Amino acid sequence: MSIDNATHAYGVAEETAGGRVGRHWPEEHGLRAWVTTVDHKRIGRRYLVTAAVFFALAGLDATALRTQLITPNGELLTPEAYNQLFTLHGTAMIFLFATPMSFGFGNFLLPLMLGTRDMAFPRLNAFTYWVFTFAGVILFASLLFGRAPNGGWFAYVPLTGPKYQPGINMDVYSLGLLFLGVSTTSGSINFIATALKLRAPGMTLNRVPIFVWALVVTAFLLIFALPPLNTANAMLFLDRRFGTRFFQPEAGGDVVLWQHLFWLFGHPDVYIIVLPALGIVSAIIPVFSRRPIMAYPLLVLAMVAVGIISFGVWVHHMFAVGLPQLSLTFFSAASMIVTVPSGIQMFAWLGTMLTGRVVLGVPMLWAMGFLVVFVTGGVTGVMFGIVPFDQQVTDSYFVVAHFHYVLFGGAVFPLIGGVFYWWPKMTGRLTGVRGGRWSFWLVFAGFNLTFFPMHISGLLGMPRRVYTYPGGLDWDLWNLLSSLGAYLLLAGLLVTLGTFAHSLWKGGQAPPDPWGGETLEWATASPPHPYNFPVIPTVHSVHPLWDQGSLDSFAEGARSRDRVLAEGHELLVTSELDAEPEVALEMPEHTPVPFVTAVSLFLAVLGLLLGVYVLAVAAGVVAVLVIGRWLWPRWSRREAGHAPGEKARETAEQDAAAEREAEKKTEKAGEKGAGA
Amino acid sequence: MARRRPARSRPLPAESRSLLPRSARWPWIALAVLPLSACSGSGQSTLTPYGDGARRVAGLWWLMFGISLFVIAVIVVLVLWAATRRRRPGVRARMDTGQRYVTITGIILPAIVLVFVYVVSLPTLRAIGDPKDPGQLTIDVLGHQWWWEVSYPGSGVVTANEIHMPTGRTVHLRLRTADVNHSFWAPQLNVKTDLVAGRTNHLWLRTDRPGVYRGQCAEYCGLQHARMAFHVVAQPPAEFAAWLTGQARPAPVPSGGLAAQGLRVLESGSCASCHAVRGTTANGRIGPDLTHLASRSHLAAGTVPNTRGYLGGWISNSQTIKPGNRMPPQPLGSEQLQALIAYLETLR
Repeated sequence: MSIDNATHAYGVAEETAGGRVGRHWPEEHGLRAWVTTVDHKRIGRRYLVTAAVFFALAGLDATALRTQLITPNGELLTPEAYNQLFTLHGTAMIFLFATPMSFGFGNFLLPLMLGTRDMAFPRLNAFTYWVFTFAGVILFASLLFGRAPNGGWFAYVPLTGPKYQPGINMDVYSLGLLFLGVSTTSGSINFIATALKLRAPGMTLNRVPIFVWALVVTAFLLIFALPPLNTANAMLFLDRRFGTRFFQPEAGGDVVLWQHLFWLFGHPDVYIIVLPALGIVSAIIPVFSRRPIMAYPLLVLAMVAVGIISFGVWVHHMFAVGLPQLSLTFFSAASMIVTVPSGIQMFAWLGTMLTGRVVLGVPMLWAMGFLVVFVTGGVTGVMFGIVPFDQQVTDSYFVVAHFHYVLFGGAVFPLIGGVFYWWPKMTGRLTGVRGGRWSFWLVFAGFNLTFFPMHISGLLGMPRRVYTYPGGLDWDLWNLLSSLGAYLLLAGLLVTLGTFAHSLWKGGQAPPDPWGGETLEWATASPPHPYNFPVIPTVHSVHPLWDQGSLDSFAEGARSRDRVLAEGHELLVTSELDAEPEVALEMPEHTPVPFVTAVSLFLAVLGLLLGVYVLAVAAGVVAVLVIGRWLWPRWSRREAGHAPGEKARETAEQDAAAEREAEKKTEKAGEKGAGA
Repeated sequence: MARRRPARSRPLPAESRSLLPRSARWPWIALAVLPLSACSGSGQSTLTPYGDGARRVAGLWWLMFGISLFVIAVIVVLVLWAATRRRRPGVRARMDTGQRYVTITGIILPAIVLVFVYVVSLPTLRAIGDPKDPGQLTIDVLGHQWWWEVSYPGSGVVTANEIHMPTGRTVHLRLRTADVNHSFWAPQLNVKTDLVAGRTNHLWLRTDRPGVYRGQCAEYCGLQHARMAFHVVAQPPAEFAAWLTGQARPAPVPSGGLAAQGLRVLESGSCASCHAVRGTTANGRIGPDLTHLASRSHLAAGTVPNTRGYLGGWISNSQTIKPGNRMPPQPLGSEQLQALIAYLETLR
């Protein structure tokens, strides 16, 4: 359990095997490599940076909104500008920041935590990044033209229909989100395949790090939650552009259908945003409490349970719509139940801290700040499960306060904490403790000053989404405080940014394992080499770097070809449940295909958006062709895959009978097809 | 309570003065984190309920607030304790998995609290719904971008942005929208209910206290969502009956002079194509009915008080007051405008 063990274990592996493996995993440089890379770490970092840029833009948005509301009858923004900004703020934070930021962590960390060398589908991974970025560009670029979406982030029809919003604004929304959905869905599939097939030998399902569990549950949620959203957006786009009448009551359409479809996505989306963040908390707390996490099985079950139950509570966003009371009581009860898994997690974290030995590192500060803020958002969340109270304060500032406590407190705090925690691994640099503490306390204070008063202005009857409000309703003071808080929060986030910039500039060199981590990512270089692990370890527990067996496996594996995999650009495929080694798989290397596919889809979406249908069709055809090229089977010897145990024999029997060899290859190819 | 005063001079924050003692009834609030005792109560606060429904919900809030405060306090204390306690060197951290502890604190205790809150809320849910009161008064509320059309079935009364109701009697609102979704929310009286395109929703109000209760649209409905307020005026039954009778009358015919000239401006100009004044030829249905405009306290859905100055400003260019509203600027000469205002002021 001493901190040096992981560093030492990694050092031995690197020394004995690093050179051999590195030949097949070259470092890439230059612009061309930047566009064509499929390295999960570069893509992960890029996801994080891009999502952070969108966070900054959407945050500045919000600062403008708060400035408008600092006094009654503010005149900084026109109503139209305000409405576009608040819509874009919500849409961007939900779709372009929260989930992509988690995906960034997932991309960077999943292969490292699992003890493998890349994602299951590296090219798909690059593709998801480019599509996400282009979708974000579409949404934010619309603001430059004053044509940003203006119907609120949940875009209720008929307001967003062709009759009441004839401009291009809501087309940007529906098409942008459909396009983004391509990225999110492919990314989710990639996470699931990676977590199921690429775990280090011995990492049975009950030894998978909680963060990975969180991400896998999130990925499953996305795969089931996105179809309703995509359906709704496709219908909206058809209504707006091609004259269908899905949402027009005068023609037999139904506006409540949109609300059902949207929230059938929207409520699971809350957990889609929060679960990866909770996974980060579950990664930080045991390391900084110096003991394994408490009640691991319950934590995992809690996450799976919340994933399932979250699909049964969407109507609590619609309690004021006028649905029958009986159905409201059902969804109210379900909304009560969905909080229980969060209670499990909360007390497992607290128990871990109380029975451990807490070290107040900067990541731990964010995790602890999260606990306090998240429980506040949690109790108001329970209140929203109570129908009469929900009907009173929904769509008021009380709900704005609530979901910022849940989403900013529950997701942004852990995400920033996660950046502090994994920053040394991502960049190879240490961050300053003083800057980290200042940034935490400023953000914590600014956050609470901004959002706590919103509970009160909401209870005092202030509705959300108003570009202005009259004086004399006792709202002035609370709005003033919220606005001042927003500036403090902004200052805190700038200090955070400064701390990271300072680290890049002058931060000390990070050792492989600066925190005494428990999971495999800390047994790699900081930042990791393209191959991550020179030797694929064997995992003996849920905290491999804290048990001697797993640590020893680095040195033991260095003597085994099956664990070094130095014959090519290879990684090890294992079985889904018990992580038994199956085959060594040759992985695709850098290629421009994902980028070209994403660009052609981007052009197709632009063509649809701007009504240049020729462009849309042409770009669509190009996309299909490129995808065809991408998927075209190339049955080379290497790519057919071979069992690791076979390799030794292969070299020994260099001139073995060609017949027998071929037979075996076919067999293994079949196995590969079934597994991957 | 001097209810005889003309509507437009009715001071809206009248309630707030009488409310301080009310919140002082809960001295423990001052001890709480929330500095709510500073709230003097407003015309739109859920914490100063006067309707039967709102009162039940406020009670539920204070119960849940107390429980929440306790839960948050427990968590904060545990976090601080974990952060500050010092272990003697050499004492190893405990490595047990703690499943039983998590089961009790994370599942059983929360479940008890949740079931309790849920069960307590059910009677309130029932109470804010349909009271099945055969003596109820039905009022139709039709949402428009961005104002409220109010009509009293059977009486011919149509007005806007001001809902008069009798005290001591159940009022049944039939909520519909002419365009996009809105939400009717008078927080001091009852919970909110959406106005959903293609549907009719129902809301029941009942209060024993005469007064003016502000409300506003709570579902984002486009450009001027922020300026879509209304006032509910609860009056003793006799006073309400008198009001209703007055509103049912057609507009008074001006005996001559400036007002008569103003009526001609109204009937011949563009006003009549959007607005109705019962008893004249103006019968437009796009904008609010103006038959008793002068009896209303505010203009443009609570945006500005109904005074001569604002009325004139609104007519000549309402876009400066509420940009994007559906009423185009009226290029009237100063004389015409004066005449029109003079006429409108007779519409009591």
